[in-house]
Amino acid sequence: MNDMTTIERAVTTSEKKIDAKGVNVHYADTHAIKNVDVEIDDKTVTAFIGPSGCGKSTFLRCLNRMNDTIDICRVTGDILLDDEDIYHPKVDPVQLRAKVGMVFQKPNPFPKSIYDNVAYGPRIHGLAQNKADLDDIVEKSLRRAALWNEVKDRLDKPGTGLSGGQQQRLCIARAVATSPEVLLMDEPCSALDPIATAQVENLIDDLRSRFSVVIVTHSMAQASRISQKTAFFHLGELIEFGDTTQIFTNPVDPRTESYITGRIG
Amino acid sequence: MPLIWIIAIVLALGAVGYMLGRQRAMASAGGDIRRLHSLPVYYGTNVFLFSVVPALLVLCVWLMVQPSVIQSRVTEMIPESAATSAGELSLIMTDVRRVADGLDRAVGQGALTADEANNLRAEETNIRESLGAIGVALGSDVTPEVLSAAQRYRSLSSAGNLAMASAIIALSALGFAYAYLRTTRDFRARNTVEKAIMAILILASSIAVLTTVGIVLSMILETADFFELYDWRQFFFGTEWIPSFEGGSELGLLPLLWGTLYITIVALVVSVPVGLFAAIYLAEYAGPKTRSIAKPLIEVLAGIPTIVYGLFALITVGPMLRDYFAEPMGFGTSSSSVMTAGLVMGIMLIPFVSSLSDDIINAVPQSLRDGSYGLGATHSETIRQVILPAALPGIVGAILLAASRAIGETMIVVMGAGAAARLSLNPFEAMTTVTVKIVGQLTGDTDFSSPEALVAFALGLTLFVLTLGLNVLALYIVRKYREQYE
Repeated sequence: MNDMTTIERAVTTSEKKIDAKGVNVHYADTHAIKNVDVEIDDKTVTAFIGPSGCGKSTFLRCLNRMNDTIDICRVTGDILLDDEDIYHPKVDPVQLRAKVGMVFQKPNPFPKSIYDNVAYGPRIHGLAQNKADLDDIVEKSLRRAALWNEVKDRLDKPGTGLSGGQQQRLCIARAVATSPEVLLMDEPCSALDPIATAQVENLIDDLRSRFSVVIVTHSMAQASRISQKTAFFHLGELIEFGDTTQIFTNPVDPRTESYITGRIG
Repeated sequence: MPLIWIIAIVLALGAVGYMLGRQRAMASAGGDIRRLHSLPVYYGTNVFLFSVVPALLVLCVWLMVQPSVIQSRVTEMIPESAATSAGELSLIMTDVRRVADGLDRAVGQGALTADEANNLRAEETNIRESLGAIGVALGSDVTPEVLSAAQRYRSLSSAGNLAMASAIIALSALGFAYAYLRTTRDFRARNTVEKAIMAILILASSIAVLTTVGIVLSMILETADFFELYDWRQFFFGTEWIPSFEGGSELGLLPLLWGTLYITIVALVVSVPVGLFAAIYLAEYAGPKTRSIAKPLIEVLAGIPTIVYGLFALITVGPMLRDYFAEPMGFGTSSSSVMTAGLVMGIMLIPFVSSLSDDIINAVPQSLRDGSYGLGATHSETIRQVILPAALPGIVGAILLAASRAIGETMIVVMGAGAAARLSLNPFEAMTTVTVKIVGQLTGDTDFSSPEALVAFALGLTLFVLTLGLNVLALYIVRKYREQYE
């Protein structure tokens, strides 16, 4: 009997990657996130949808403590990554961010060569033993980001010289290179054209086999195409969270239905 | 007519033109603004610009040309026997101008009538005495030639002034009439004003450019005179600087250039790390409150006059360095040294480096910082590997600006490093710089035809080329990185 429960728990923990309970975020006097509970499973894509200003990006930034860089931001509640509280004083946010990578809304390649952009994370975390190792990591990351074939002959050219879609894939490669366990994406396709968007979406689907991906998106179509779980935020509250198919075909809350059918937001 | 009156009349014409232009435009549209091509303001401004700008421009040119024309006309009157050299001639002309001014003043005070002033005879009146009585001191007795030249000078200038006044006012009125008559409902006043504004802006920028050209030209001419008197090889490659106004000077550039570069290097070694680190702290670590206090405090350093820094070097830093470093370590006993001047100059340059670098670091987009933090980089890793490379072109620009300041600095060097030209590696020895020697060669009584005085221009030109080279280098670096990173 005892053995059974242990096994059962092992299964659940391997599936649940992040468990957020009762999260509240305040920006000075503004209450941006109100008591949000979300569970994010491993090796799935979770989409956050909702109208602008509903707090979905803010919540995303709580998951790797990026909000720490904003002075006036205060986060309360529990966020557990593999059952460890990431806001525990013992946790170093810098190490946490190596485990929970992030891709931003606007492509932000560093003013360095393509190679150095991808090698940035591995270098600061000492992930490569030698140059050959690093070369290998860079190539694998670029391949995973479906960018290798386009840039393999100009790895020493500046990353800022790439097109917008290429830059965003470079940023994804850069995030992938540190081998994170969770990848957070804040509207990664909002600055891209449809073709680049399709490439990035395919990429996200591939990445699911290795990490759990959390993506904030404004496009309901995108959420339904690429995610398995969807969370709908409205005015700082989590209105509904469940399987993507259920949310889009049979939403429980009338507000969710209004949003996905285009009546609000 | 005094100048101020001419300008006042022109401006008054312009103001009247503004009002009338507006009224005429409104009248031609029957009082309905919507039927006008431009807003009424533009019609008024158009008339104003046409009445004022050409007149004032011509006035400027006239003011510059008239004295030299009169000068050359009057110079013809001085017999060649009286002035054998250019120097003597210019002395006589100075006298002529003084006498003319004195006569003006006498007439102004009522000591002489205008007729009397024009008909004075040097043989009959003692001009020196009578002018002395109203407070115009003359160095020597006035010869008949000088007096008649002065009288001619007066009559020419008064004729010139009259011509100028009438020409300027006529031009102003002409511009007024032209612009006023063109003011109709369909006249495109807005476009004309736009063009006029552009022309004024172009004029302003070309004044700056032309001034630079003028400075360079005057330096080049004087330098050419110098190299006629002194061998250029000895100047550029000479290692001795022993000027002597009795002749036989050694005027070698190298000791001065070495002193300049040595002090500049010491100053940069002090100011660049301190300034840059201060900038990084202010831009990246300091909270808004600390920043709002610390930044102005650092910038106060930039407002201290260099002579005060010089005093600081002379009475504090110099003796301290001598007592605690130079003497115990056996480097010498001089309190004025390259180290003293370099250190103090470095302190002076800190705000230049920090203030500019701070602005540049702040201009690095937040998205780059987020990207770096998002990958698990620490604050200082982010600064070293992302922010500084992105800000590099600007920082290099700031450093080179500081270097240009250091090269051109004079006061701190005189008081901190002394005035002895020397080629030495010992930083605790007194040395001097190009700028100090330029001042040294041109103070006191100087004869502008001797190599000892003219060498100042050659030194100045060298300095100019040096800083120009630095600026070009800065531009090149900034361009190169900008291409790569944007």
